[in-house]
Amino acid sequence: MYEAVIGLEVHVQLATESKMFSGSSTQFGQEPNTQASLVDLAMPGVLPTPNARAFEMAVKFGLAIDAEIGKRSVFDRKNYFYPDLPKGYQISQFEAPIVGRGQVTITLEDGSEKIINVTRAHLEEDAGKSIHDAFEGQTGVDLNRAGTPLLEIVSEPELRSAKEAVAYLRVIHSLIRYLEISDGNMAEGSMRCDCNVSLRPKGSTTLGTRTEIKNVNSFRFVEKAINSEINRQAEILEDGGRIVQETRLYDPDRDETRSMRSKEEANDYRYFPDPDLLPVVLDETFVEACRASLPELPAARKNRYIAEFGITEYDASVLVADRDVADYFSQVAIESGEGKLAANWVMGSVLAELNQSSRNITEFPVNASDLAVLIMRLTDGTLNSKTAKTVFEALMLEEGQVDDIISQRGLVQVTDTGAIEAVVDEVLAENPEQVANYREAAEDKRGKMIGFFVGQVMKKSGGKANPQAVNSILASKLSS
Amino acid sequence: MSALTELTLAELQTALESSTVSSLEVTHAYLERIAAHNPQLNAFITVTGEQAIAQAKAADQLRAQGQATPVTGIPIAHKDLFCTKDTLTTCGSKMLANFVAPYDAHVVQQCQAAGMVSLGKLNMDEFAMGSSNENSYFGPVKNPWDLTRVPGGSSGGSATAVAAALTPIATATDTGGSIRQPAALTGTSGLKPTYGRVSRFGMIAYASSLDQGGLIAQTAEDLAIALQVIAGHDARDATSALMEVPDYRSALATPLEGLTLGLPAEFFDARLDPAMQSRIQSVIDLYQSLGATTREVQLPHVADAIPAYYVIAPAEASSNLSRFDGVRYGHRAENPVDLMDLYERSRSEGFGFEVKRRILIGTYALSEGYFDAYYKKAQQIRRLIQNDFKQAFAHCDLILSPTTPSAAFSIGAKSDDPVAMYLEDIYTVATNLAGLPGGSFQAGFLDGLPVGYQLTGPAFSEARILNAAHQLQSVSDWHRQHPEGFAHV
Repeated sequence: MYEAVIGLEVHVQLATESKMFSGSSTQFGQEPNTQASLVDLAMPGVLPTPNARAFEMAVKFGLAIDAEIGKRSVFDRKNYFYPDLPKGYQISQFEAPIVGRGQVTITLEDGSEKIINVTRAHLEEDAGKSIHDAFEGQTGVDLNRAGTPLLEIVSEPELRSAKEAVAYLRVIHSLIRYLEISDGNMAEGSMRCDCNVSLRPKGSTTLGTRTEIKNVNSFRFVEKAINSEINRQAEILEDGGRIVQETRLYDPDRDETRSMRSKEEANDYRYFPDPDLLPVVLDETFVEACRASLPELPAARKNRYIAEFGITEYDASVLVADRDVADYFSQVAIESGEGKLAANWVMGSVLAELNQSSRNITEFPVNASDLAVLIMRLTDGTLNSKTAKTVFEALMLEEGQVDDIISQRGLVQVTDTGAIEAVVDEVLAENPEQVANYREAAEDKRGKMIGFFVGQVMKKSGGKANPQAVNSILASKLSS
Repeated sequence: MSALTELTLAELQTALESSTVSSLEVTHAYLERIAAHNPQLNAFITVTGEQAIAQAKAADQLRAQGQATPVTGIPIAHKDLFCTKDTLTTCGSKMLANFVAPYDAHVVQQCQAAGMVSLGKLNMDEFAMGSSNENSYFGPVKNPWDLTRVPGGSSGGSATAVAAALTPIATATDTGGSIRQPAALTGTSGLKPTYGRVSRFGMIAYASSLDQGGLIAQTAEDLAIALQVIAGHDARDATSALMEVPDYRSALATPLEGLTLGLPAEFFDARLDPAMQSRIQSVIDLYQSLGATTREVQLPHVADAIPAYYVIAPAEASSNLSRFDGVRYGHRAENPVDLMDLYERSRSEGFGFEVKRRILIGTYALSEGYFDAYYKKAQQIRRLIQNDFKQAFAHCDLILSPTTPSAAFSIGAKSDDPVAMYLEDIYTVATNLAGLPGGSFQAGFLDGLPVGYQLTGPAFSEARILNAAHQLQSVSDWHRQHPEGFAHV
């Protein structure tokens, strides 16, 4: 049997206003080449000037993963020819990255935790885009993205499955969102992932030959790409073959990876320090200012939520993964005074809706205060779980405030036993056959059969009858 | 008075300030000289006559309104690697023979903002690679002192244009001696400032850690006046120095008593040509008569400067010149069959021989497995040379040496021998590796051909270098000699 050895290189576009080495805007989705200055076009004679905000963001990330901060970081040139790389080299950091060794903790499926070491994270500039389908027989180049700051985060090869890789990627995603250093939007390419995958016999400590799957752009594809690559490599090894070290691309349509270029064709990047940029020396004051501006991070928040709201560790880890969701939950919990119910509602209804509509919680129509009121109406008995759902759906359609919806739709729960008894009597009178069957049935069958009567009563009451009351009244009337 | 074009920049300034002449008259006089003599000398690649006349008129107007700076209305010409908006910037290459820059270099902007009049763009060795100006796609520049000889390089156009009085002053650049060597071979004064003193923004890069913009003029005083215009911090160049710019001109008058000139033993050894030695000795004698003293200093690693330079400069060049790929601007091969063909043919056709040689050397030096042996080693030598200078300046104020081993050589004499050509820079290269300021000034003549001496100083000592050279020029007249055959009318 084989063990998978996986390491990820995650490219994160930093949310700076302007580019890494020029003043051009970094906004996504503009007309091609409208955000490319003389510097981005690599006109003869132009020079790069570094963006201080990018350093701040990189240092915050470093502090968040407990990494050594490179007090003296150096920019190097990575030389290769490609039309979307206007200078013929990418400015990156090779020998002296801004963020050194750090670590993140991932939660495995069985609930246990695992520490994954981060080798390094360095600043670099993004390339432009080649557009192959817009011009017949020609390739277009869009340099809007060229020069956008990237933080490349390199993990140690300590991940052992596609699931672990996704868990790690989710932690990184969560961190960059908490730190507000990137929107982490994988669909727009703000976060991209290269996966290094190799196999070795279980128990072996040497590394097998690895392949690199380039530019995978969603959590789901990362999982599928790694699994398909593991299967491909396992088949080759089982047939006695050898893995070729190469770069591969994942094709989601066919769910397979295919070869892009082998090591023999690989570039010699001829890294050397960029003479246009001096080494960047960060003083203690700068680093401490970055540290002081760090927000509460997911791990700390998770522990706080468990203690403050009495929710489970699992619920807390789901709720804190996204900073906006966590903020939303925390407001609902505080305003309703019901941590566990708030967790159930946010995870059960809110996140389910969000997943279905792939919307962001900041665009969600039900705001936290409304949900808190809804929960309070549940606990004070005004609503039962069924009518609460109705109110929630009305809130989704933006029909107004919780209490208005309840009164407009007459959803106040009926707990008056006299009123419920009257409805029960009506239902029993209308269904003599079912009543007879029930009375003849064995005790253990009756539980299921009573559901029919409950349903009828609830229907007649417009869902407003208190279900507990309905149950007990029915039980006593049927057995008499 | 003498012809307008015989005046130094300082004298022109006086004439303009007293309204004896207008900028328009001066500009016309130079444009006429360019028209008369440039066909022979090939110093200009582009002459921007109409633009110059418009700028001269505007300058005269500013002066009339009392808004003139010290250089308003004074003509200048730019080495053709300073980008100039809406005019050709060729870098002496076929690669950029059709390139019109969409912006002005910092140096060009500074000159324009001060009201100077731009006469045009000056010939140079392709991408500033060369010591003879024979590597230009636009043909060699001739030395006005002897048209069969080279003017030096790579700023050969700048040096010849000033020597033949086609412009009172010219911008130039120096990566391993490209200002000082041609200044020496044409009997002009040239200054390479400290690395970082003048912004490189808009200066097409050869070797970024060594390139520095500077000037060639007739006198040290002229250099001081123009350096005031182009020096200073520029946020667009991350290597630009955040140092205040002193008043260069007022420093010129400082007496030289107490000045200690260091003479590097390594430069004054048996290999120095005796005739050149006697020229340098006459300069030393004059300095001593002005109150300066001399002493021997050591630069023990200076012999390794040329090999280190010819690793570092090509390495940086190989990367800097990658942007010339035929995709966005410049020469593009016709009908490429695929991307590799586009790259290969655009670059093969666009670059000249010496440029290709240096790209290959640099690519090799940076490649996997050779990086440590070449690039890293060269950087270590560079640090040793920096230390040599630091120690030498503990014992002297400025270092004096020859600028070149000999006077101008004949066109073609060294074209087939790159090593002999590279040794032209033997006295100048170390200054660039150490990032220091250096100037070359007139040291008289050998067989009728001008030669120069070099002053190198600690970082940001331009004022001291210009002061010393100016004092020497006030007791000598080598800088007032003009080549025959270019009569002023």
